[in-house]
Amino acid sequence: MATSVPAAQALPVTRRPFDGFKAVIGVVASLVPAALVLITLTLLQQARPAIQQFGLRFVVGTAWNPVTNDFGALPGIFGTVATSFMALALALPVGVAVAVILVEPGQTRIRGVIGIGIELLAAIPSVVYGIWALYVLAPWAYEHVEIPVAGRLTTVGFLADPAPRGLFTAALVLAVMILPTLTAISRDVIRAVPRGLKENAIALGATWWETTWKVILPSARAGIFGATILALGRALGETIAVTMVIGNAYVIPHSIFSPAYTLSAIIANEFSEATGPIYPAALIELGLILIMVTLVVNVFALLLVHSTSREASLAA
Amino acid sequence: MSQASLGIMYLLTVLALIPLALVLWFTIDKGLPSVIHPQFFFNAELPPCEPRCPAVLNGGVGHAIAGTAIMVGLASLMAIPIGVLAGVYLAEYSNAQWSAWVRLGCDVLVGTPSIAIGLFVYAFLVVPFHHFSGFSGAVALAILMLPIIARTTEGAVALIPNGLRESGLALGLARWRVSLQLILPAAAPGVITGALLAVARAGGETAPLLFTAFGAHILVLTPNEPMQALPLTVFRYALLPYKSLQAQAWGAALVLIVLVLAVNLVSRWVLRRQIALARSL
Repeated sequence: MATSVPAAQALPVTRRPFDGFKAVIGVVASLVPAALVLITLTLLQQARPAIQQFGLRFVVGTAWNPVTNDFGALPGIFGTVATSFMALALALPVGVAVAVILVEPGQTRIRGVIGIGIELLAAIPSVVYGIWALYVLAPWAYEHVEIPVAGRLTTVGFLADPAPRGLFTAALVLAVMILPTLTAISRDVIRAVPRGLKENAIALGATWWETTWKVILPSARAGIFGATILALGRALGETIAVTMVIGNAYVIPHSIFSPAYTLSAIIANEFSEATGPIYPAALIELGLILIMVTLVVNVFALLLVHSTSREASLAA
Repeated sequence: MSQASLGIMYLLTVLALIPLALVLWFTIDKGLPSVIHPQFFFNAELPPCEPRCPAVLNGGVGHAIAGTAIMVGLASLMAIPIGVLAGVYLAEYSNAQWSAWVRLGCDVLVGTPSIAIGLFVYAFLVVPFHHFSGFSGAVALAILMLPIIARTTEGAVALIPNGLRESGLALGLARWRVSLQLILPAAAPGVITGALLAVARAGGETAPLLFTAFGAHILVLTPNEPMQALPLTVFRYALLPYKSLQAQAWGAALVLIVLVLAVNLVSRWVLRRQIALARSL
């Protein structure tokens, strides 16, 4: 190696010929990131009247009054964050369990069916989840979960006032919708855990449970965390199904069963009827907040998932 | 301990699949009474007939099916060429610095809330022309499809063994000929899979159409005017208090689910052929 270095330095520097094909399709491919930038900048520009009028007050304000042109985003932000985190709490254990089952060797037929089922769960359109949640899930959850829980735990404030539409119903349907994201990425990360680790654990006499819980899942931890964050991003931005069951109440509710509102649901319900200079701009600013938050969440999650898969492939 | 925990994990897996079964069951159960009448597919909607409805409702979703077909078709015309070329770039120049950014852009755009894309297209194409239009809906759907097509194309092209590329280059073919006339046809099944999945996703999207295509009560065939789409029918009618319109919503939901599941099954079959083909090369 050492002897070849001077020889290499002695070679004249030749430039590679210009690759026209690469340049052309590179420009075409740039349309994707360009679209992303353009979307963000356009929303920023469209939201300007509201940003100028309210400033930072917009983020902490709780009013939503198109008549007096007084707008604040806090109830929407609260509803979005609350439904998303409740959905994550419900979906995470299930999603990871399914991923562990899918990665287990053997019984390929059953696993194939489970895998197809999870993929179909991802393929069902949001609006179909919405109509199902509205007519089937919400009445069921109201009668068989919310009323019994609220009836027994009367002293717990945040479990009071059951309602057929509200945060809890929205979180339930969101949990179903983010499950495929959680499962698919967790499965890939768990699969990327070096085989040697698992074999070592088994050779040392560890049981299946010990291998899974103390060896595989800890080494896939960062990736599963990334999958969780990515699913969080999906939950934050989900619109239609949530709009149909959230209950459309622009308040910060005191109970998880109460009607509330999310950022995307307000936009979906009100934007086509918004008039005047400030009202549409305020709605677009809600969209801007939404897109900024999901942007940060997604980039963070992608970096996490990529770094784990890379570490795993280096270790393997 | 191990047996019990494995059992619990299987139970959780079953729990995960219960919603799928329930959604399918209720959509079929409530949608079938609307769908079994052929006029459901051809007629446009009728105003609610309550309180005195005929035994057979005459309203249909023909206009929504036509609108969805036209908008998704237009969106495919825009998104497939761009998405496929972007995917070829990502796979063929995967080490280029810029392709890492394009890939990140794709992955972030997939996760971007579709309602934000709707707002963007509203500001970009609806406001300047002063009216809602099917075309603006198609653009919104195309933005949604683009990253899906790009990433699946990248995956399909990356599956093709290097030997094919090298033999093409060794024969003196230009780089673009190797990529577009040799590699891309070999990756065609995978590319088609991606396009099909993107079509299925776009066909089921509601949020980007709310302020772009907006919806219509009659059959519209010119993309310059507001258009109805199947997901819009489901969204708007499900929330109305009229049983006759709710029945149409369930029927439209059933049509959507059947379309989406059919596309998914076909694409799975195509993908299996792609993997077999790539192995044989």
